Amino acid sequence: MSGVAAKIEAPDLFRYVLRLGDLSLVLGQRLGEWVGHSPALEEDLGLANIALDMIGQARLLLSYAGEVEGRGRGEDEIAFLREHGDYLNPILAEQPNGDFGQTIVRQVLIDVFQLELYERMTRSTDERLAAIAAKSVKEIRYHLRYSSGWLVRLGDGTAESHARVQAALESLWSYTVEFFAEDQLDARMAERGVAPRLSEVQAAWAQRIDEILTEATLQRPRDRPHSWHGKRGQHSEHLGYLLAEMQHLQRTYPGARW
Amino acid sequence: MEHNGQWPLYEVFVRARGGLDHKHVGSLHAADARMAIDHARDLYTRRLEGISIWVVPSKDITASDPAETDSLFEPARDKIYRHPTFYDIPDEVKTL
Repeated sequence: MSGVAAKIEAPDLFRYVLRLGDLSLVLGQRLGEWVGHSPALEEDLGLANIALDMIGQARLLLSYAGEVEGRGRGEDEIAFLREHGDYLNPILAEQPNGDFGQTIVRQVLIDVFQLELYERMTRSTDERLAAIAAKSVKEIRYHLRYSSGWLVRLGDGTAESHARVQAALESLWSYTVEFFAEDQLDARMAERGVAPRLSEVQAAWAQRIDEILTEATLQRPRDRPHSWHGKRGQHSEHLGYLLAEMQHLQRTYPGARW
Repeated sequence: MEHNGQWPLYEVFVRARGGLDHKHVGSLHAADARMAIDHARDLYTRRLEGISIWVVPSKDITASDPAETDSLFEPARDKIYRHPTFYDIPDEVKTL
């Protein structure tokens, strides 16, 4: 938080950091749902590890958002006491786990997005975001190793596993358009060097995704127009159920600690 | 995948620090070697236990037969001259 940040409208930076933090928070919560239900004990631990990394990212980002906002809200209040429309994650993050293949497809699409975004954000003019990005990139590289390994295994596996992940890809693909739909907030962040240009992230994302899909013998779906705006606070019905479970404890026992 | 519906078993070896050898830490199930490395990372290096991992398919390890313990190991028992305990160590040698 130096001179650069001072030139940025605090509400702008607050909303931008929430977008990043909510992506990690919501996806972390979703992945946590696998605990005790994974196809194998080893996958239970693998998915839980990724979920914990995501929650760790969310803690750093939401704490920072609270500082930027300057109204005394901490990470817990921001994570657990906001309403549905206050969450700014892309809609893909809140989509249900489905079968294991669907979870893996969602994970690959988001891992590559986070990787290409955060690799560039390590050079952000905002020192806090640059530091958080540098820490997160190491985690995300492993997440992608895990998720892309599984996507290749399933895509290039049996006829059934191939058909299932191809279907998951078809059903989730259109949500990725939202990652790169630059709005005025994204543009202002890029102009100030806080965040990379989304067009640049998109080109790198598409190239890496194509490489993975080719290895997995999967067909890249056609781009379709989308009408989802999670990063503006308009969500699918799924987020409400997710929040009800995630926020239950803090709303029932306000300020509960252990 | 094996016939019983389980992934094959791998033995996991972890090197704790540079200069040390890889130690056997346990085993896990995985569909292939790459997945075995991932699982080993998640299962056995969660608390900074290591900097390097080896995985080996358990079926590729040939073990000595416990029934042959007597013939394999007993004969060494009475050959104490194989222990280098009959040498005088000069005082100047600190570490040996």
